[in-house]
Amino acid sequence: MLQQIEGSRAVAEMVALCRPEVVCAYPISPQTHIIEALGAKVKRGDLAPCEFINVESEFAAMSVAIGASATGARVYTATASQGLLFMIEAVYNAAGLGLPVVMTLANRAIGAPINIWNDHSDAMAARDTGWVQLFAETNQEAADLHAQAFRLAEAVSLPVMVCMDGFILTHAIERVDLPSQEQVDAFLPGYRPRQLLDPAEPVSIGAMVGPEAFTEVRYLAHVRQLEALERIPEIAAEFCGHFGRCSGGLLRPYRLDGAELVVVALGSVLGTIKDTVDALRDEGARVGVLGITTFRPFPAEAVRAALADVRRVVVVEKAFSIGHGGVLTADVAGTVSDRAVPVATVVAGLGGRPITRASLRPVFQAAAAGRLEPLTFLDLDREVVERELARMASRHRSGPTAENVLRDLGAAGSKIL
Amino acid sequence: MNTEKRLLRPDMMPHMLCPGCGHGIVFEAMLRVLDRRFATLDQVVFVAGIGCSSRIVGYIDAGTLHTTHGRPLTFATGLKMARPELTVIVVTGDGDGLSIGGNHLIHAARRNVDLTCLLFNNEVYGMTGGQAAPTTVRGAYTSTTPGGNRETPFDAARLAEAAGATFVARAQSYRPQLFEGILEQALDHRGFAFLEVLTDCTEYFGRTNRLGTGVDLLQSQSRAEPAIGVDLAARPTLRPVAETAVRPTLPMGVFHQSRRPTLAEALGVGGGGDELAR
Ligand code: SF4
Repeated sequence: MLQQIEGSRAVAEMVALCRPEVVCAYPISPQTHIIEALGAKVKRGDLAPCEFINVESEFAAMSVAIGASATGARVYTATASQGLLFMIEAVYNAAGLGLPVVMTLANRAIGAPINIWNDHSDAMAARDTGWVQLFAETNQEAADLHAQAFRLAEAVSLPVMVCMDGFILTHAIERVDLPSQEQVDAFLPGYRPRQLLDPAEPVSIGAMVGPEAFTEVRYLAHVRQLEALERIPEIAAEFCGHFGRCSGGLLRPYRLDGAELVVVALGSVLGTIKDTVDALRDEGARVGVLGITTFRPFPAEAVRAALADVRRVVVVEKAFSIGHGGVLTADVAGTVSDRAVPVATVVAGLGGRPITRASLRPVFQAAAAGRLEPLTFLDLDREVVERELARMASRHRSGPTAENVLRDLGAAGSKIL
Repeated sequence: MNTEKRLLRPDMMPHMLCPGCGHGIVFEAMLRVLDRRFATLDQVVFVAGIGCSSRIVGYIDAGTLHTTHGRPLTFATGLKMARPELTVIVVTGDGDGLSIGGNHLIHAARRNVDLTCLLFNNEVYGMTGGQAAPTTVRGAYTSTTPGGNRETPFDAARLAEAAGATFVARAQSYRPQLFEGILEQALDHRGFAFLEVLTDCTEYFGRTNRLGTGVDLLQSQSRAEPAIGVDLAARPTLRPVAETAVRPTLPMGVFHQSRRPTLAEALGVGGGGDELAR
C-alpha cells in the first residue's frame, strides 16, 4: 500500500512484516525512530511473540542479538556511527559465528570531532567484518532491502547490514509502497537455522580454533560471501516477481549506454548524481552512473562488465581512508586495472555537508575533460585549512583543531549541539 | 549572574537545553559553587561523556575534555594520574554513567580515583529522544517502553557506595541550595566523590508521562514530600498521583564518607591528591 511515511517508519513496518522474534537496540541518532516504532508495535502485540529488549549499550545489543540468533530466533537490531564501533567486537563475532542477524545501519559520521550527521565512515569501518553490506538509494529500497536481507542472511547463514543514509533517508518522509503480510510471508518463509542451540542435539557455537584450522574457517566465511554474491541477484529477481517492483541486487546502472565517463557511488547521493548526469547528457556529454547496492561481498565481475567500455571513472565517496584516499575507489579500480582507465575519487558529504548538483557538475565536467585530480575534496574551504595550518606552523601549542576551525568560522555557538 | 558569567563561554551561547529542563538549575548552582571556590578555573578540568548533561560542560570557560559515550571516568582516570594536582570534575548522566559506562563507574569507585563525579539523573535518554534508561522507574512511559517500564531501576548512590566510593550523596534540582552544600563537600573530599543529582527532562520524560511543565516537574520531584504530593494531586491536568510513574521516596544528603588511599596514593603517583588543590 502506498504511504507517505518517514524512512525509519517504513523500515520498521517492513521489519515488522518480516516477523522478527527478538528486537534489541540502544538509542543512537539517527537510528532511534526505527527502534521506537518497533517497540510500539511489540507493545501493541502486533508482533507477538516478538520480544523487545532494551539494553545498556550497543555492545549488549549485538551480544543479545547473537545469543537470541543462536537459539534459532529471527533477530533484528539497528545502530549508527559510534554505536557500530562500540559493538564492533560482537559484529565480527556474529559474522564469524555465521548467525543471520539483520541490522540497519543509519549511516552517520564517526568522531572525534563528534558529529551526528550523515556520511559513510561507519559502514566503511565494518567493511572487513564479514557482514554482507547493502546500500539503499531511496526509502522504498531501504524498506525492500530488509525483506531481502532476512532472506539472504538465512539462506547463506551470514549477518546482513542494510545501510541507509542517516537523516537524508531515515528522517525524510517519502512515498513508500509497503506490502501486505501475505506478500511478505510468501517471499520470506520461516527461519530454518543451519546451527542451533538445541538440547536434543548439543553443539558448541564459538569453539576456539587454533592455527590448524583458522585459515579454513575464515576461507569458508569468504566462500559464503561469494555464495551471497550468487544469491543476491536471484533474491532480487524473486522480489521483483513477488512485489511487482524491483529493488536490491548487486548494481544499479543508469544511462551507461555509450558512456565514456561513469560516476560510481553508494546510497542516497545517487539521486543527486543522476540529476547532474541527466543535465550533462542533455548537453551531449557521454556520462553515466553506476550505483553499488551490494558493497560486501564486492561484485567485482559485475562492476568490471558494467565498466567494460568506459574511459574514465569518478567515485563519489562519503568516507575516505585517511592517509590514503577513497575506499570504494580501490575496489572499483581493481576491476579496471588491466586497462588504462583513470579512477578518481571525490570525497563529499562528510559529516553531513550537502552534496549539490552545482558542486558536482564542474567536477564531472573536469573529469570528462581529463582534468580531475586523483583525489578531490568537494567544496573544501581551502582558506580555513590554510589558516589552521598557519596556526599550527606558527605555534607548537596551537590547540585543538576542531575548536580552532569553529572559532575561525565564528560558528561555535550556533552550529554544534 | 555576573559572577557566573566569568565562568561561561559566551561564544557557545545559546545553550541547547530545552525550556524548563532541570539541568539548567543544577548547572547554575554548580557555577555558583565554582565561583565561590575558585578564583580561576586554571587548575580545574571538566570531563564529560555524551548526553544533555554532559553537554553543559562545553559552556564552561575552563579546560574541558569531551569523551565518547560512557567513558568520561576512564578519560578522567588517565588525566588525574598524569596531573594529580588538578581538580577533576566529571559530569555524566544516568545513560552515560550507569548504562553504557556503568562498568567504569564501579571501577573508578573501587579504585577510589580522586575526583568528583556528578551524575545527572533524569531517568531517561534526553538527547536521543526519550528512551528508557537504567534509572527509569517502573511503570514510566518512554519511547522504548510504550507499555510502561517493567525493569527495575538502579539506585545509583547505593551502587557507587557498594562499589567502594568514599563519598556518596544525592541531591535534586528542586533544592539547589542543598545541592550546592553537598557539592562543596564532594569537592572537599579526597577520593572518589559520587554525587547523584535528580533532575528532570521536561521535553521527553515530562511530556511522555504527562507530568506537566518544568515547574510541575520540580514540584513533583518532591514526591517524597507529602505537601507537594497533595498539590500535584490537586491539578486536574496532571495524571493522578496514584497512577503516575514516579520516583519512589528517596533520601537526600550525604550517605557515606570514609577515607582510604586514593588510586594515586596507592600507586605513589605524584604525591597523589596532595593539599595543593584543596
Ligand atoms: S531533552 Fe530533556 S534532558 Fe535534554 S535538554 Fe531537553 S529537557 Fe533537558
